[in-house]
Amino acid sequence: MIPISYFLILSAVLFALGMVAFFVKKDLITMFMAIEIMLNAANLAFITLAKSASSLNGQVIVFFVITVAAAEASVGLAIILLIFKQKKSVKTEDISLMKG
Amino acid sequence: MAYTLFFLLSIVCIGSIIGMIATKNQVYNAYLLVLAFASMGGLFALLQAPFIAAVQIIIYAGAILVLFIFVIMMINLRQGLPPEKKKWTYYFSGGIAAVLAGELILSLKGTFSIEPSAPMENFGSPTRIGRLLFTEYLYPFEITSVLILAAIVGAIVLVKKREKK
Repeated sequence: MIPISYFLILSAVLFALGMVAFFVKKDLITMFMAIEIMLNAANLAFITLAKSASSLNGQVIVFFVITVAAAEASVGLAIILLIFKQKKSVKTEDISLMKG
Repeated sequence: MAYTLFFLLSIVCIGSIIGMIATKNQVYNAYLLVLAFASMGGLFALLQAPFIAAVQIIIYAGAILVLFIFVIMMINLRQGLPPEKKKWTYYFSGGIAAVLAGELILSLKGTFSIEPSAPMENFGSPTRIGRLLFTEYLYPFEITSVLILAAIVGAIVLVKKREKK
């Protein structure tokens, strides 16, 4: 069997990559996708530890995380659509109301 | 066999996320993300979580990413994204991510010596997860339904056109 540390390292790397994507990208939609990547990395860690502890609770938590992510995606994308209606753009540079 | 599958899936996953960072087209980004999430579902299946793997592929790679593609379709892509002038954001975020990944991996040092547990019969089967969901986690499960209802109402209220009286 594969050691659990492999999966945990993969999850750490995926989380870091999601963070890079969040910082590098300039449009709201892709930044939102980067957040989903980070959520998935956390899910991977949950499932790995559930297997290692041979307890199903971790898998149930992941089920809840996926549900919450679906709800979050629907509301977040609605907000992005609203921003696009107002500003005619989804780039972060054009949304600088609070810059002063 | 399991090792081959693990390395194949993790390379596909990491590669598609790096591809997503490199490409600018939002639609390609969404497609690459579908690939990443599907391979993540394969990893879940390797970890004896077949139900969660199916949910991952149906909800993440299916529903959520289709929602993303719908929104990309509604938003005008013709104008394109501006050329990214600031090269330093790449180096800066790469540095921060390297530090974060190093820190996380250092914190995992205690798990390197753990022996992998033997595969268990029926672990992660829909029956067992369903039983847990409807007994121990009944209240969180019901609260999730209220949360989804709130999300539906919120999304509809946000995007609907207000009619003038």
